[in-house]
Amino acid sequence: MNARRWRATALFALAVLAAALIATRARYTADLSAFLPRSPSSGERALVEQLRSGPAARLIIVAIAGADAGTRAALSRRLAAALAASGDFASISNGDAAQLERDRQFLFRHRYLLSETVDAARFSATGLHTAIADSLDALASPEGPLLKGLFPADPTGEFLGILEELGPERAPHLSAGVWSSRDDSEALLLLQTRAPGADSDAQQRAVLAVRQAFLAVRAQLPAARGTTLQLSGPPVFALAARTLIKGEVLRLSGVSTALIVLLLLLVYRSLPALLLGLIPVASGALAGIAAVAAGFGTVHGITLGFGVTLIGEAVDYSIYLFVQARGEEHGPWRQTVWPTIRLGVLTSIAGFAALVPSSFQGLAQLGLYSVAGLSAAALVTRYVLPQWLPQRLALRDLTRVGVAAQSVLGRLRRLRALLLAVPLAAAFVLLLHRGHLLGHELAALSPVPLADQQLDERLRAQLGAPDVRFMVLATAATPELALAAADELTRRLAGLVRAGVIAGVESPSRYLPPQALQRARQQALPPAAELQARLGEALAGLPVEAAVLEPFVRDVAAAQAAPLLSRADLSGTSFASVVDALLVPADGGYSALLPLSGGGGDLPPQAVAQVRTALAAAQVPGALLLDLKGETDRLYQRYLQQAIALSLSGFAAIVVLLALLLRSAQRVVRVLAPLVLAVLAVATLLVGLGHELTILHLIGMLLIVAVGSNYALFFDRAGNAPQQGSLPLTLASLLVANLATVLAFGVLASSRLPMLSDLGSTVAPGALLALVFAALLAPGAAARGA
Amino acid sequence: MRHAAARLAVALLVLARGASSAEPTAQDAFSEVLTQLAARAQGHVAFTEVQQLAMLKQPLTSSGELLYVAPDYLEKRTLKPKAESLILDHGVLRARRGGREHALELAAYPQVAPFVESIRATLAGDRAALERYFTVDFRGDEARWTLQLVPRAASVAASVRDIQMQGEHDRIRSVQIRQADGDRTQISIGAEISP
Repeated sequence: MNARRWRATALFALAVLAAALIATRARYTADLSAFLPRSPSSGERALVEQLRSGPAARLIIVAIAGADAGTRAALSRRLAAALAASGDFASISNGDAAQLERDRQFLFRHRYLLSETVDAARFSATGLHTAIADSLDALASPEGPLLKGLFPADPTGEFLGILEELGPERAPHLSAGVWSSRDDSEALLLLQTRAPGADSDAQQRAVLAVRQAFLAVRAQLPAARGTTLQLSGPPVFALAARTLIKGEVLRLSGVSTALIVLLLLLVYRSLPALLLGLIPVASGALAGIAAVAAGFGTVHGITLGFGVTLIGEAVDYSIYLFVQARGEEHGPWRQTVWPTIRLGVLTSIAGFAALVPSSFQGLAQLGLYSVAGLSAAALVTRYVLPQWLPQRLALRDLTRVGVAAQSVLGRLRRLRALLLAVPLAAAFVLLLHRGHLLGHELAALSPVPLADQQLDERLRAQLGAPDVRFMVLATAATPELALAAADELTRRLAGLVRAGVIAGVESPSRYLPPQALQRARQQALPPAAELQARLGEALAGLPVEAAVLEPFVRDVAAAQAAPLLSRADLSGTSFASVVDALLVPADGGYSALLPLSGGGGDLPPQAVAQVRTALAAAQVPGALLLDLKGETDRLYQRYLQQAIALSLSGFAAIVVLLALLLRSAQRVVRVLAPLVLAVLAVATLLVGLGHELTILHLIGMLLIVAVGSNYALFFDRAGNAPQQGSLPLTLASLLVANLATVLAFGVLASSRLPMLSDLGSTVAPGALLALVFAALLAPGAAARGA
Repeated sequence: MRHAAARLAVALLVLARGASSAEPTAQDAFSEVLTQLAARAQGHVAFTEVQQLAMLKQPLTSSGELLYVAPDYLEKRTLKPKAESLILDHGVLRARRGGREHALELAAYPQVAPFVESIRATLAGDRAALERYFTVDFRGDEARWTLQLVPRAASVAASVRDIQMQGEHDRIRSVQIRQADGDRTQISIGAEISP
């Protein structure tokens, strides 16, 4: 006996050590990766890539409210300067005239390499004549006075052509010289972090840098005392989610541990029993973390948050052990109670195991965590805990509680016919709401609060920067090839812009044309002497002296000799960040991104079809149209369908398991009936209260069956072999165990993370109802006592 | 602070001189003309514009229609040599050329605003707006008047020397814009176009 005891303890210690080693070396994260697919399809991969490092993932919108427009503008300028000095941002825009002027100068200086109209025909004598005549017409136009200064150096209008290609200027409203909301209540800035979206530490630094810089510049301006700062955008959301998840994990585990310790103290009135009872729980949690760390590489915060439910469940096993083994030798317990616990553990594990293959990473982690945690807790309860039990564990006698519960149940049993109302009510409510039983948006699971999502929408509208929904993607081996592909695609799509099918297309090739194209444009420019000769011919019949166009001849000669544009030449302009955002390393090569703009970022289906046709005609290998929202919705659909399939297969596994071990169809039905009724009742409750069911609600229903089977099995055992064990004690231990589980999932239901609260609010009432229904439906002998 | 005070003093001086140079009768006539202009709800006239640019051998000529709806809609619709239009509507300036449209908020372009505001404010009889941008000098009488506008802001004065309008009663007959570099734009306003 002694040797066996030491062997069990030593093995246990070794296992704890190994698990602790893995757990301490694991990477913990609280980013949004839990929502990403584990094995993405090609469309999903592009989506994930965009979410992780796309330009949209690096955008921060800043709104400064309070004080007067002049003060806000001063704050905006100082904040921009402070942030530029920090080096955390690839671009900072606030509508300041100096920035616009730098952009303008860049386009003007490099007009002969950037303009799409530069070719040999344009610089022939007739081409020049036509272009100059057009420019004269423009001079006579209402805008003439603004264009006059450009004419001597750019008589062919290349600069204006470039501006027109860049599309209608949808510049935000200006107030006191900086961007502001249309009602003049807020100054607005648009920032792009240097770090990619996936680098959450760097993103967090950037967000905090904005907050600190704002406090610093506000302190310098006495008039700015009452101003406030609001931030929005993916990096801000990510930081908020991270903070929320961390806080929730601490809060949830703290609250549920406290509640369950309190419950056990009330029940046992014994400190040793409490401490012993917590051993399986702690071992289970450690095993769960170690398993997830080993299986996934990183442990997500949401998984740890979910871990609190393990406290409620793992503690059940020791409750059964302590309460039901009371007064018995350990031997009989192992033969009478343990087989039922074992079956309960197995059904629970079968339920959670169904989640492990999910491609929804967050769900897969929950599954693995629970499988490992429950196994460990059960093994420790069975093989380690009995070795440590003192000969006499002074526990409170719960027989009286059990007897009282029995008499309450006896009275309730008369009403068991009312259970028929459950399927009827379910049928009625579910049919009534059949059109919108299931939610269809991944956003329903997002930890970003609705108010923040709405703020983001409002600020984007003010800035004229709608969420990009459609973008064309071209991937090639080198940046040069990607730019060439982007250029070709832009030409194809320009036709659709002219036809009004799409409002515009943005492309990196517009600011940084492929080198070959730049060279071709350079070669289309005639040498100075030749140009002068052609001009002489071209100006015939036009009211322009050749001498006026000296600056033109000089600039063309300079453009011919100038080195081709590279990324470095864009520094200091706002185009640098555009190119960095739209030309990104991907899959060992480079991707050029061409965001399409329609009305408010959306496109009607026929426009999408026309874009696809244009892309097919372009014959650019690897070019594809990415519908970010559509792809997200499809992803959620895939998760949803998978969740349904997994829930059903988990249920099937539990049925098979019960059939194999109980070897009686009648008993399987008897065990399952209360569980199915509990699931129906909870579904009716949720839908009736106006919830659209999410993936997590569905998974929660599987867990009702997996967890609730424990209770049903005890009643089944009591009914099947009434002579074994004390019925009042069984009932009392079930009550306590159930209370622990309901408490843990109830705490989860209070979470501000929708993933966890959906699960909690499904399983907590479900587990309670499973116990009540199982008691009501138990064979008479089980309820009345032998 | 002292800089601003100095500018204010200069502005006051200019105003005072403007006021003293005008005969009391001219001031009355100015008020009367503005009242008559303000009473007109809308107008639709033909115009011919001649621009004399130093860099060109010949002046550029264009023509079209002007459309005004009180108090802040003004459209300059050029028909020749190319159809284009410039619309001022509630402080937003929209230019339409060759199927494309550019919009700019007037308040954001202090160098453009006076061009447009001079004509709009005169048509609207909006003296406050005129005096916000210009030093105003009215000469003549109701039957035949001349209004000279000199930009107040140095940034505007750098490109526009002055704007001179001639009119009879509630009709503007011509607008001449003299730019600082000597270039001139002369807009002659013709007969009312019946709708």
